[in-house]
Amino acid sequence: MALDEKTWDELREIAARYPEKRSGLLPMLHLVQSVEGRVTPEGIEACAEVLEITPAEVNGVATFYTMYKRKPVGDYHVGVCTNTLCAVMGGDEIFSRLKDHLDVGNDETTDDGKVTLEHVECNAACDYAPVMMVNWEFMDNMTPDSAVQVVDDLRAGKEVSSTRGPRLCTWREAERVLAGFPDGRVDEGPGAGPASLVGLGLARERGWTAPGGGASAAADGAPASTDDTTDAAGAVEADSPSDEAAAEKKEAK
Amino acid sequence: MPDVLTPVLTDNWDAAESWKLSDYESRGGYEALKKALGMQPDDLITAVKDSGLRGRGGAGFPTGMKWSFIPQDNPKPKYLVVNADESEPGTCKDIPLMMASPHTLVEGVAISSFAIRANHAFIYIRGEVLHVIRRVQAAVAEAYAAGHLGKNIHGSGYDLDVVVHSGAGAYICGEETALLEGLEGRRGQPRLRPPFPAVAGLYASPTVINNVESIASVPSIVGHGADWFASMGTEKSKGFGIFSLSGHVRTPGQYEAPLGITLRELIDLAGGMREGHELKFWTPGGSSTPLLTSEHLDVPLDFEGVSGVGSMLGTRALQLFDETTCVVRAVLRWTEFYKHESCGKCTPCREGTWWLVQTLAALEKGQGSEADLDLLLDQCDNILGRSFCALGDGATSPISSSIKYFRDEYVAHLTQGGCPFDPAKSTAWARQEVSA
Amino acid sequence: MSTTDKTPEKVDTVSVTIDGIQVDVPKDTLVIRAAEQIGVQIPRFCDHPLLKPAGACRQCLVDVPDAGNGRGFPKPQASCTLPVAEGMVVNTQATSEVADKAQQGVMEFLLINHPLDCPVCDKGGECPLQNQAMSNGRGESRFVSSGTGGTKRTFPKPINLSPQVLLDRERCIVCQRCTRFAAEVPGDPFIALVERGAQQQIGIAENAPFLSYFAGNTIQICPVGALTSESYRFRSRPFDLVSTPSVAEHDACGASIRVDHRRGRVMRRLSGDDPAVNEEWITDKDRFAFTYATADDRLRYPQVRDAETGDLRPASWPEAFAVAARGLAAARDAGGVGVLPGGRLTAEDAYAYGKLARVALGTNDVDFRARPLSVEEADFLAAHVVGTGVDGSGGVTYADLETAQTVVLAGLEPEDEAGTIFLRLRKASLQHGTRVLALAPFTSRGLRKVGATLVPTAPGQEAASLAALVEQAAHGVDKNAIVLLGERLATSPGALSAAADLAARTGARLAWVPRRAGDRGALDAGCLPGLLPGGRPVSDPAARVDAATTWGVDSLPDAPGRDADAIVAAAAAGDLAGLVVGGVDPDDTADPAAFRAALDAASFVVSLELRATDVTAVADVVLPVAPAVEKAGMYVTWDGRVRAFPEVLAVPGSLPDLRVLAGIAEELGAPLGFRSVDEVRAELGEMGPWDGDAPVMTPVAAPADAGAGDGLVLASWKQMLDDGAMQVGDKHLAATARPAVAKVAPAVAAAFGSTVTVTGDRGSLTVPLEVADDMVDGVVWLPGRSTGSGLLADVASPGSRVTISGGDD
Repeated sequence: MALDEKTWDELREIAARYPEKRSGLLPMLHLVQSVEGRVTPEGIEACAEVLEITPAEVNGVATFYTMYKRKPVGDYHVGVCTNTLCAVMGGDEIFSRLKDHLDVGNDETTDDGKVTLEHVECNAACDYAPVMMVNWEFMDNMTPDSAVQVVDDLRAGKEVSSTRGPRLCTWREAERVLAGFPDGRVDEGPGAGPASLVGLGLARERGWTAPGGGASAAADGAPASTDDTTDAAGAVEADSPSDEAAAEKKEAK
Repeated sequence: MPDVLTPVLTDNWDAAESWKLSDYESRGGYEALKKALGMQPDDLITAVKDSGLRGRGGAGFPTGMKWSFIPQDNPKPKYLVVNADESEPGTCKDIPLMMASPHTLVEGVAISSFAIRANHAFIYIRGEVLHVIRRVQAAVAEAYAAGHLGKNIHGSGYDLDVVVHSGAGAYICGEETALLEGLEGRRGQPRLRPPFPAVAGLYASPTVINNVESIASVPSIVGHGADWFASMGTEKSKGFGIFSLSGHVRTPGQYEAPLGITLRELIDLAGGMREGHELKFWTPGGSSTPLLTSEHLDVPLDFEGVSGVGSMLGTRALQLFDETTCVVRAVLRWTEFYKHESCGKCTPCREGTWWLVQTLAALEKGQGSEADLDLLLDQCDNILGRSFCALGDGATSPISSSIKYFRDEYVAHLTQGGCPFDPAKSTAWARQEVSA
Repeated sequence: MSTTDKTPEKVDTVSVTIDGIQVDVPKDTLVIRAAEQIGVQIPRFCDHPLLKPAGACRQCLVDVPDAGNGRGFPKPQASCTLPVAEGMVVNTQATSEVADKAQQGVMEFLLINHPLDCPVCDKGGECPLQNQAMSNGRGESRFVSSGTGGTKRTFPKPINLSPQVLLDRERCIVCQRCTRFAAEVPGDPFIALVERGAQQQIGIAENAPFLSYFAGNTIQICPVGALTSESYRFRSRPFDLVSTPSVAEHDACGASIRVDHRRGRVMRRLSGDDPAVNEEWITDKDRFAFTYATADDRLRYPQVRDAETGDLRPASWPEAFAVAARGLAAARDAGGVGVLPGGRLTAEDAYAYGKLARVALGTNDVDFRARPLSVEEADFLAAHVVGTGVDGSGGVTYADLETAQTVVLAGLEPEDEAGTIFLRLRKASLQHGTRVLALAPFTSRGLRKVGATLVPTAPGQEAASLAALVEQAAHGVDKNAIVLLGERLATSPGALSAAADLAARTGARLAWVPRRAGDRGALDAGCLPGLLPGGRPVSDPAARVDAATTWGVDSLPDAPGRDADAIVAAAAAGDLAGLVVGGVDPDDTADPAAFRAALDAASFVVSLELRATDVTAVADVVLPVAPAVEKAGMYVTWDGRVRAFPEVLAVPGSLPDLRVLAGIAEELGAPLGFRSVDEVRAELGEMGPWDGDAPVMTPVAAPADAGAGDGLVLASWKQMLDDGAMQVGDKHLAATARPAVAKVAPAVAAAFGSTVTVTGDRGSLTVPLEVADDMVDGVVWLPGRSTGSGLLADVASPGSRVTISGGDD
């Protein structure tokens, strides 16, 4: 299937958002998925042509990131978090129930093409565990029963809303938003879910606040120590992890 | 002493339309930007340095110092990149922040970019959070329309373009150089350092990469002053931070408090562990930070306090597990995660996680021998500090810390020929089933 | 003019202590290489000195107790990415338990998923993984005994990355040497890392194989047996092979190669390591194109034409020599003999042809140029090229290319015609910012990869473009510029004159880059009508006396000789009675039909050939000669570098051209004075270069009407992999050749479908159409020898006018 002219234009438009066009590749592949239902060889060639890189280079990127799919995805991508915390809180059971209920294995799609089931890694909603994602919208505090209800409703064509977000769109529509083309659903759903607000609620209840603006309790102004290399080996998310952080600091001195 | 909880970043999350510019501005939003645009960029860097703000993405590197590393005599463009790839298991603070109050981040981006003299900023958001991406996309669009971004911002002569970039599923992109690779349209594999991003980052140009919460803290520092920020927290870990409680606690959720609060206090605020159960083990800052136990309830949750007990503050992702949880199962699952997310670039992480999973999986089934525990520790020794980046290191944390505290439980799997725990008992609905 | 105006750079050194031994090394040296200086080999896989550091395999971990600032690194460091620092202390596996354990740990990890199928692996016996596992690994893996017994990752067995290169993913340790090579060195990232984590592997995109002219290098630098070639896999074991260093015979670049053979049969060829020439890289043609020497049609014995039947029949060497001598003597007396040695000879063989012509046949009718040529070119070669070299005589070198400010390419497509130059130019462009200006009709992919700026030039317009460079200050052609002139400029009147003028006016240095390995050596050996060996002008009596003295003859012919075109014309006209033809393919010559007509018209033709050809088919005497692999010799490269190589295979009865010619000369009663390569070399040494005046070139003006005419101008060059006679026999290599297409400007393409027919004065050709975005108006490009009998035979001469029409679709 050849991509239409509009898609080619949009691919070029994405590339043009960046100082160097190759930066557009990730959103461009999202756009390919929104049009093709997966990353197709044609989509890879189109990205390569727009970015003036080789198809192999695009393929290397398309196979690195787990959101890019080589098999067609159903209308609804259902991701059950089975990372440790969600798994322990019941994610394993939910995933198992859905596999049975939908009669599919991991990363497989129901015969009606509606639902693709996959177990996913931590989706940054641990305070709502166990969590399920439908087309990358939050379905918080799931149970096996509520999860089954969601997929049944989806397959029946009923409108389903995220527990902390908008009405669910299709997977392809979601991919288009990820490509940077908004769909007008931004104002649906709440600003925050209940778990996000528990601390704030407690503070409101007890009258706790941050100190009044520009308080006088000034510290002596000593800057934070720069000698914190011991803890640097850790989290990957670290701003500046590992030994290099130490070297960076040395360098600066 | 500040109050127990100090909502700053979370303070507007309960507003009716907290994500909208109108709501944000009605609470004084973007005033800090206007103030900042009247300051010298170097004075902003000094203010952030003086505040004592340390990176909220895990490593705790002083943010102002990071900014000061940008060589202003370098003729290349400077870039600010926001690391919004929140993926560390247990970490769930940036996502609700961006969903509820994206303008806090956008304002922080504008001020921070001005400070480092960047005219282009990027917000790299993990792709798996669609609604968060919508909110940030819309906030950036609103900010452009209101003149908070774009050309000649508020008549200052300062120009800034902000691009919201969706990731596509790769934990490793939380590592800053891997994130830059993803942002450049490449496989998210970490880069050699040096050169450090401050010298040669995005497009080989000077680049600051900061976590969402770090950048979101900047407007309040500019608005209230460095001293105000430094009045919270502990001596070397200043200010407030969002503490994310999850797991077997009665009220999981986000608690914004000065650094140095203890887990005991937080569990109290959360109404205690779930009824009838006790804390068994917890992660202070995500799965890459070594596990702690109930003996560490009174450790101050600041950078020094947590490292003092052999772990790391990390992202303040407090995952709490009670006595119904099998630590071997938990650790195996995390290890499977690291195997799944290993980028493949270096041998110890790529092959080591492959092997760790096999050894652990056997142990969980009660197979293998006690010698395998020492083998596991030796594998960890051969990965930790031998890998290209910190992902490999992180993979070893749950294993070595769990064997340290729960060796007997591993052995019990072997002696019983399987897992002695009933996974049903640790689910969120376990109580209902028991009472049913 | 001196070779360079460079002053020797002062190198800053730092002092480091490795395993207790202090060593001074240049600043920025990587620890892994500093350790080599003291004889410590740190095990490594991803590290390669010609690739950017990756730090991926982690095999080279060392302990650094002092980084040079009094503080140590808390964890082992990868020595392949760590630059030395003054005062740094490094302990390798030789002295540090930490380093040793770290290395053993990494090795153990590498092996858990490795199939350990060494007994059936091509790499077994020369495998860095195997060797270093023995030297730096533990005796037994704990993997198999851990847990429930380790399960290895498996993949289906080899997949084709290209028709030639196969990948065994189970053996791969994803060190990225191959992908880094492809991206960095030739700029062909058609292979990439795909998937991630433990599933990470090398891959291609669907329908986009690894078609790089340099792909074979990845096989050689693969530190395991993951990459193999269809041509060599399962053919032999490294320890059964005998290796002989040699020089590649496919172009004028003189790449160093290693020929691996077993029991008299070449099994494979590898790149040699010669930093001054090809570094560690060769083209796939140099690597895989060697089976031509063992093709079925290889000539194994002399043949003479039977007077009765008119057919060729086998003959003994003495008979063949006698018949050849008799026929040539008769032809000499009946009008003369022309000598066409061809461009594939060693310098020694070429020398023998030149001497045969002068001393035995009494003629200057000798010309090595077996392709379109011109008088202007011969003048240019005599005035500006012959005798220049790398030994202080002012010649341009590879190293000069790498550091030049500007390199101008005219009539030369380096990627296709001189692969080693291409790689060096790309390195120059990427690492030194060298600016490449290309006088060409469009920006080819090869030009793009060397960062070339196009100076749009239609065939025939080169003289004007070169002249314009003098005026255009923006192009910065000055004494720091190098101008590389391809042999194709012979077909562009005035171009070589304009180049000489450009050099004279700007101080830019010139170098001539022929396509064939033997051209430059033949020039220096005197295989032009106007030149005797060493650049001695035939027209200079003193030069003739000088050569005659060395040759021990009274005098040398002084009549001006004919060039190859004139020889062909004279033979066809009956003015020349005899021809001695070396390795010349008629279809490579300016007018293939005329060449064949000359062969038919000549009363006596002697052919010295490797394999049966159109020339041997009509020759009166066919004398088989040895391929390069079966003789010693030397090539002179484009930069005047003498590249001697030994005989690789000793094959009885396989004689070099010089020996055959000596045999004929002896029968003619005019012995050449040598029978062996060594004797020729001695004589060449005795002869030496001409120290008299070089001839002055008579400039040729570009025709005023250049560019006028109907239809399109035909542009062409030969692609590296094509239907050339020395590429037969390896179908896998052939399958990696670029297909024949016609390239035209977008506006022209718009008028046609997916194929076009190009019609010239010699015929038509229908091929797929491809758009070249910046093609000069009015030009169509076709490959020279990728279809039928080639363009010259089937369509028209490059530079002439053709018409195009829609293809069959």
